[in-house]
Amino acid sequence: MTAIEEHAPILDPEEARRVRQERLERIGRWVLPLAIMILAIWLWDRICVWNDIPKYILPRPGVVLKTLFDDAGLLFSSLLVTLKITFLSLLLAVIGGVGLAVLFAQSKWVEMSFFPFAIVLQVTPIVAIFPLINIYVDDQTTKLLLCAWIVAFFPILSNTTLGLNSVDRNLRDMFKLNGATRWQQLRYLRLPAAMPYFLGGLKIAGGLSLIGAVVAEFVAGATGQSSGLASRIIEAGYRLNAPRLFAALILISFTGILIFLVLSLISHLILRRWHESALKQER
Amino acid sequence: MQEKVAQAPASASGKGPMLLALRGVGKVFSNGVTALSDVDLTIREGDFLSLLGPSGCGKSTALRLIAGLATPTSGLLDWRGSSALDRPDIGFVFQEPTLLPWADVFDNVWLPLRLKGVSRSKAAPAVMEMLARVHLTGFENAVPRELSGGMKMRVSIARAMVTKPRVLLMDEPFAALDEITRFKLNNDLLELWQDERFTVVFVTHSVFESVFLSNRVVVMAARPGRVFRELAVDAPYPRNETFRTSPDYAALCRQASDVLIGAINSTAGPHHDGH
Repeated sequence: MTAIEEHAPILDPEEARRVRQERLERIGRWVLPLAIMILAIWLWDRICVWNDIPKYILPRPGVVLKTLFDDAGLLFSSLLVTLKITFLSLLLAVIGGVGLAVLFAQSKWVEMSFFPFAIVLQVTPIVAIFPLINIYVDDQTTKLLLCAWIVAFFPILSNTTLGLNSVDRNLRDMFKLNGATRWQQLRYLRLPAAMPYFLGGLKIAGGLSLIGAVVAEFVAGATGQSSGLASRIIEAGYRLNAPRLFAALILISFTGILIFLVLSLISHLILRRWHESALKQER
Repeated sequence: MQEKVAQAPASASGKGPMLLALRGVGKVFSNGVTALSDVDLTIREGDFLSLLGPSGCGKSTALRLIAGLATPTSGLLDWRGSSALDRPDIGFVFQEPTLLPWADVFDNVWLPLRLKGVSRSKAAPAVMEMLARVHLTGFENAVPRELSGGMKMRVSIARAMVTKPRVLLMDEPFAALDEITRFKLNNDLLELWQDERFTVVFVTHSVFESVFLSNRVVVMAARPGRVFRELAVDAPYPRNETFRTSPDYAALCRQASDVLIGAINSTAGPHHDGH
């Protein structure tokens, strides 16, 4: 598996075809989405030109890009505000989600008693909860954090709980035989075993915390209390500043993609040696 | 019909002092299944004892009771005449290698010592020695998925033996391996046993494996799980490939097979025999 054949073996037509296919797929994986993206942007540009659409309704891609540069100071400082909420809430979601999961793992009774609360929090739309939070919480940042946290913590909690509970029975017996304490069992067996599940939840939560932060800003921004990207979008909407609206939107989605990629990389680095999901196809 | 032998015969070839006696041990699960019924069995120090029987005869349950992973419904386990609390250090090898997939070979073998609070550097000599004993020197840093089935089982054995337990319990450890690998592991296990002189209780459903390895074969019957009969395998150790191809071995296997067939037939017994 580690030894890669250096010299090229003589291949029969079937194997040669497979090698060609694999090479094509490797290139296609990058080139195809890129080409489609470029084509879509080109089409967007053409539609604007062909139909003579004014830029306050649909700006041409070039204009959006220019706005992104021109308004960079404003947009990026807003992005920073949003990112702060995103990462803080993700951090709190990790602490809260894993903490609760560990607590649940201590006893079936605890899990049975409290899991429904977590589900209630999860299924109630955050937009509907926000007015309440608005009444009870004064501090702006705390408000937003709480919102984003409610959205983001559930996947971590439910995945980690699942992971902590899916330890091989024999391994559990082995720990018991060796007189492992509860803490040792958690530290050396259940937490590592839950790692792939946790990381899966983290990937979902990363995107959700950004969404949670933006949605919270939207709701808060409606009352003019926020300075994040969402408020830039609302503001731009009021002023019919479509280019800036698009620029902000692009910034948000790129941030989302970046968060996903970073979390995927972290997950891969942690799991690459042992977990099936991170292993390269060998045959 | 063969009479079931409840009492371990005095002629059993284990000559060491008594290590463990199961006295009238029974186990009934909450779903009403009687896994074991009235088992009497004496294990002597230095025994290599195989529990042989069809599936459902309770041989794995017996092993779990000995390990303390389950408690008997009736009867008692008598460790050297003292109470069950005086259970000695026990090594356990499962049917699957049951390794931590995220930990490398060294850490897997270190684990039992680690759980007893032995630091990595303090444990290193014992771990490395055990790895050498199972012929895995040089694989300390490999993770389980990089190893073959046989090598994983070697790690599992090393882990079970790293605390130098006096008793090694094995639950069909080689059942999932190919024959060539199984033979090699059989030989290596015997070598280890002869050097260290611990006591082995080995669960298997292979007549050939049980006869090759053990000095005592306890044949069990199912529904309810019980001791059917005990065979002494008096062939001398060391046993190796010469023994495996000898007429003695073939004769012993035939004898054990006959007893096993008797045990299997006795399972259908309650419907046929007239007592």
